[in-house]
Amino acid sequence: MSKQQGWDEFEIGAMLRSFDGKIDECPAFTPQRDRNYSQNSSHVASVADWRLIKPVYNKDYCIDCQFCWVYCPDVSIISRDKKMIGIDMDHCKGCGVCVEVCPTNPKSLLMFPEQADEETEIASWPTKDEKEE
Amino acid sequence: MAFDKLELNEIEVWDGNHAAAQALRQAQVDVVSAYPITPSTAVVEGYAKFKADNLVEGEVVMVESEHAAMSGCIGAAAAGGRVATATASQGLALMAETLYQASGMRLPIVLNLVNRALAAPLNVNCDHSDMYMVRDSGWIQFDAFNAQEAYDLNLIAFKVGEDHDVRLPVVVNQDGFLTSHTAQGLHPLSDDDAYNFVGEYKPMNDMLDFEHPVSHGIQTEEDWHFEHKARQHADTMNIVPAKIDEAFAEFERISGRKYNHIEKYDMDDAEVCVVCMGTSVETAREVAKEMREKGIKAGVIGIRVFRPFPFADISEALKDLKAVAVLDRSAPGGAAGALFNEIAGSLINTDTKVLLSGYIYGLGGRDLTKKHLVDLYTELQANADAGKLLTQQQQFIGVRGPKLAFL
Repeated sequence: MSKQQGWDEFEIGAMLRSFDGKIDECPAFTPQRDRNYSQNSSHVASVADWRLIKPVYNKDYCIDCQFCWVYCPDVSIISRDKKMIGIDMDHCKGCGVCVEVCPTNPKSLLMFPEQADEETEIASWPTKDEKEE
Repeated sequence: MAFDKLELNEIEVWDGNHAAAQALRQAQVDVVSAYPITPSTAVVEGYAKFKADNLVEGEVVMVESEHAAMSGCIGAAAAGGRVATATASQGLALMAETLYQASGMRLPIVLNLVNRALAAPLNVNCDHSDMYMVRDSGWIQFDAFNAQEAYDLNLIAFKVGEDHDVRLPVVVNQDGFLTSHTAQGLHPLSDDDAYNFVGEYKPMNDMLDFEHPVSHGIQTEEDWHFEHKARQHADTMNIVPAKIDEAFAEFERISGRKYNHIEKYDMDDAEVCVVCMGTSVETAREVAKEMREKGIKAGVIGIRVFRPFPFADISEALKDLKAVAVLDRSAPGGAAGALFNEIAGSLINTDTKVLLSGYIYGLGGRDLTKKHLVDLYTELQANADAGKLLTQQQQFIGVRGPKLAFL
């Protein structure tokens, strides 16, 4: 929804449409990228403006276990054909659950301050944490 | 599922609660979600009996509180049903949060508000403090002065509130006990005439329309909330009055009973006038007639549509009078009465010289007697003759103890 719209330029009621036009079949059967989301849907708009720390994804260590995809409470892990692709930063709130459940060593996801530079952090990624004998 | 119709007599003896229940039956309400409270219980009890007797197809949802009752109504209305309920006093107070949700979500729900005093002290009898409490909640508010009007205004409420250009919930007020429990002869419409007047419910943005998914009850912060509220107020001010006119006109065609935003009695040549609501209007009419025999040109105005407030009708009707008394049946809590304020606001930018005085009366079911009104009209005439207020602006009628006057 454009921020420029005036009071007389939207549908009445505290109501938003998820999709433009008519839905012919259950949206769950349509791949997300093919769904006709409306501009009013938060699929399009960023709802991440209160995030203070962000997850950074290092694909070198990822084993595509999908734990993060399963656990993310905001469906912000982008996965295609069971391969982890990255993070939807418009919807991620920075809760850190994905980092918590990541089973690799070192972790493939780590939390950093919102302003941290991703490439810098990946370049200085922690090494494998050896178990103490 | 089929249901039976009722053959009604030309004249039925109903009280205000039963009249409202019959109107809900005839409107074929889909969902009544309600919690009982005196004196409104018989409205939903009556509807539940119609349901048990297979006279309606709707659902009666029994809930654990009035907050849940209105929440149930909101859910049912968002789902796409015709919805109604009833409450009073503390019940309305507990609903207060959800009333604002209903109007902000633009869901047409009909609420029978059987006016009763708000505690403390606890009291089951009539005053208008509950009506006043939600006057800014965004609901359309009608006021019935007797049982016939409670019946008629329920049917009109569905017609107006469900209009797709309106989509606002409607309160139908009637005086607790004085109207709700007082049986009188009514002229009901036939089941078919009543339903045809209200019309089939036409859903809008309903959640059961799976081909057009919607999210109801959205959150908007400083970037959008203001626009939503502005739209709601603009529609209430610009669109609703004309829709009420249309519904009143169509109702007059089928019933012969004419309603107006303000009801004027003996106002054509009136010099002094009492403005009030509820059953007091009928008492005032009777006294005004008697005052005319004594040479006082007395009139009465009853507020039929409390929201949206009929500013233009009021200023037109009152600006050329000499003295006007505004009666507020609610403790003013450190201010002039709410109705007094609205009427003063209607007149302030006219060139009127009318002398306006406010009276607090009838709290907790205290009677407003004819003697009170005779004294009131006499006082108004004295003000008119003197060309100025001879009393303070706010007085109390019918309270024991030393005379109270303020402002």
